[in-house]
Amino acid sequence: MTEVMERQNTYLAAFERLERELAAAGTPALHRLRKAAAARFAELGFPGPRDEEWRFTPIAPLARIPFEPAPHDRMNGSCSFRIPPLPKGVIVCRLSEAMHKHAALIEQHLARYADWKKHPFVALNTAFVCDGVFVYVPRGIVLEEPLFLDFHAGKDDDGRVWHYRSLVLLGENSQVTLVDNYSGPMECTYFSNAVTEIVVGPGAIVDHYKLQREGDRAFHLAVMQVQIGRAANFSSHAITQGGQWVRNEINAVFENEGGECTLNGLYQANGEQLVDNHTLIDHAHPHCASHELYKGILDGKARGVFNGKIYVRQDAQRTDAKQTNQTLLLSDDATINTKPQLEIYADDVKCTHGATVGQLDAESLFYLRSRGVGLAEARSLLTYAFANDIVSRIKVASVREELERSLLQAHHLPAVDAGEEDA
Amino acid sequence: MLEIKNLHARVEDKEILRGVNLLVKAGEVHAIMGENGSGKSTLAGVLAGRDAYEVTEGEVRFDGKNLLELDPEERAREGIFLAFQYPVEIPGVSNTYFLKAAVNAIRQHRGLPEYDAREFLKLVREKMRLIHMSEDLLKRPVNEGFSGGEKKRNEIFQMAVLDPRLAILDETDSGLDIDALKAVADGVNALRSPDRAIIVITHYQRLLNYIVPDQVHVLMRGRIVKSGGKELALELEEKGYKWLEASVREPQPV
Repeated sequence: MTEVMERQNTYLAAFERLERELAAAGTPALHRLRKAAAARFAELGFPGPRDEEWRFTPIAPLARIPFEPAPHDRMNGSCSFRIPPLPKGVIVCRLSEAMHKHAALIEQHLARYADWKKHPFVALNTAFVCDGVFVYVPRGIVLEEPLFLDFHAGKDDDGRVWHYRSLVLLGENSQVTLVDNYSGPMECTYFSNAVTEIVVGPGAIVDHYKLQREGDRAFHLAVMQVQIGRAANFSSHAITQGGQWVRNEINAVFENEGGECTLNGLYQANGEQLVDNHTLIDHAHPHCASHELYKGILDGKARGVFNGKIYVRQDAQRTDAKQTNQTLLLSDDATINTKPQLEIYADDVKCTHGATVGQLDAESLFYLRSRGVGLAEARSLLTYAFANDIVSRIKVASVREELERSLLQAHHLPAVDAGEEDA
Repeated sequence: MLEIKNLHARVEDKEILRGVNLLVKAGEVHAIMGENGSGKSTLAGVLAGRDAYEVTEGEVRFDGKNLLELDPEERAREGIFLAFQYPVEIPGVSNTYFLKAAVNAIRQHRGLPEYDAREFLKLVREKMRLIHMSEDLLKRPVNEGFSGGEKKRNEIFQMAVLDPRLAILDETDSGLDIDALKAVADGVNALRSPDRAIIVITHYQRLLNYIVPDQVHVLMRGRIVKSGGKELALELEEKGYKWLEASVREPQPV
C-alpha cells in the first residue's frame, strides 16, 4: 500500500513540477480545473482491491511503475490526423490550439462530461490536460469521409505516461465517422491514459472506431464518455489487440428521447494479457434503444473482464436494450469474468442480456468437416468467423478489410479475394 | 457404391440402429422413410461421421472402402455429402468463402490444383443458375438469417458445388412450404446422374412426388422392415406405419 501511495505521489509531484508550464496553456479557469482535478486525484487515490469496479482487474501492476509525463508539449501524447478537406465551419485541430481560438467552446464542454470527481484516472488525465484533439462539426454538416486520428507513443518513450485527451462536439443533425488508432513500440513500457468526451447533438450521428494496437508491454486505460441527444445515434466499435494491461470504459448517456446507441467490441488476448471492458449505458429518457455485442477470444493465460451496466431510469419507458457478451476460451488457462448488470426502474421496457463462455461449437465444427474442411482448418475458420462477426459490422471499408486480412493471416487462412467479395 | 451390413449404433446407452442392411448403387435414388425416432437421422449421422454415435456392430463400405474408420472430412473428400436437417448458422464467414475452403480441401485430396478466384466464381455462378439461388445469399454469412427454405436450398447448392458421389438428404423437406419444396426438389433432380447416388430421408411421402425414388425403404425401431418401389411410399401415405409393426419382431431377411 505504501508503495502504491508513493507511486500516486510521483504523479502529484510531476503535477507540482510542471504546474507553471501547465498554467500557461489556456485560460485561468482551465487551470483552476487542472488544480481541482489534481487535488481530487490526491483524494481518490488508486482504486483498491475492494472497489467493486476493479474487483477482477488488479491495479498493482500499473501502480507499481513510476510513469513520468513527457515535457508539456507532448504531455497529452502525439497525435497525427489524416483528414479529408473539411467543409466551412468544421474544426479539427489540436486541443492546445482550440484552447486559444475557441476558448468559449472549450470552457463550455471540456471536462464537463467525463467524471473527474469520481474516476481517479479521469482526474489524473484532467490534471494534465493541455493538449489533445478537438473536433467540432456544426449543425447540419455531414462529413462523408472518416477522420483518422492516430495516437502513438514514440521509441524513446519507455516509462512515460500519455494523457491522451479528445473532445468531440457534434451540432444538431450533423454526422461524423471517427477512427482512433492507438499504437506504440513493442519494446517500451508506457501507460496510455486516455479520456474522450463526445457530445452527439440532437439528430446527429457518430460512428466511432477504436483500434487499440499498443505495444506488448503497454498499459492502456481509456475512458470514453458519450452524451447522446434527442433522436441522435451513436455507435462504437472497439477492437482491442495490444497491450499487457488494458481497461476500456465506455459510458453512454441518453440525454433526451429517441436516441440509439450501438456498442460493439472485439477483444483478442494471449500470453499474460489482461483485457477489461466496462460499459455503461444510461437510459435516462424514454424511447431509446441500445444494442451491445462484445466478443472475446482468449488464449494462453490471458484474462478477460466484461462488465456491462445498463440503467433504465424510472421515466425511461419504452426502452429497448439488448446486451450480449460471448467469449471463446482457446486454452485451459485463459479466464473471463463476465457480469451483465441491468438495473431497471421503469416497467414498460424490453431488456435482454446474455453471456456465453466456452469453446467452439461442436455442431459447427462437424458442419465444416462434413464439407471436407479438415479439423485444424475448421477450428481456425470458426475462430476467425467468431471475430469477423464484429469486424464485418465495421462500415469503413479500409478499416474492415485491413482487419479482416490480419485476422485471416493470424489464423493461417487464405485471403478473401476481391472477386469473392463481389460474387 | 454403398453397402451397409448389419449396422448397429447407439447414443450413450440407447441402441438406435439395430441391424440395418442396405445396398445403394450408382445412379439410384433411395428413399428411407419412417416415423420420428425410427433411426433415420441416426443413420444419416453415422454415414457422415457424426461423433455422437457409437457403432457397435456391422460395417459400411463405400466404393469398397471401410467408411467407418474415416474422419468426417475424409468421408466428404471421398464423395459423401450430408444435407443437414438443421443447417448450421456461421456468422462471420460468407457462403462463398466457406464453400471455397471446402471445394479446395476436396480438390487437394483428389490431387487437383486449387481453384483460383476466377475459376471458383465460374463454378459457383454455374451452380447458382442450376439451383436458382440468388446472388445475395452467397455474400451473406453462412445460413445466418436465412429462412427455412433458403437454408435447405443452400444445402442443395453446396451439394451442387461439391459434386459428391453419394448425397444423403436428411429431412430436407421438413418445414418447407410447397414452393420451397418444389424448388429444392428441382435442384436435387438437376443433380441426378448415372455416377451419383442419392439417399432421401423423409417422414412424408410428399417430397417423393417431386424426387421420384427407385427404391423405398421403411425404417422402424432401427431396422429396415420393408423395401419396395416408389408405390410403397404411396401405400405408407395411405395406411400409415402401424400395419408394418408386426414385421418388426420378425428377424430381418438378409
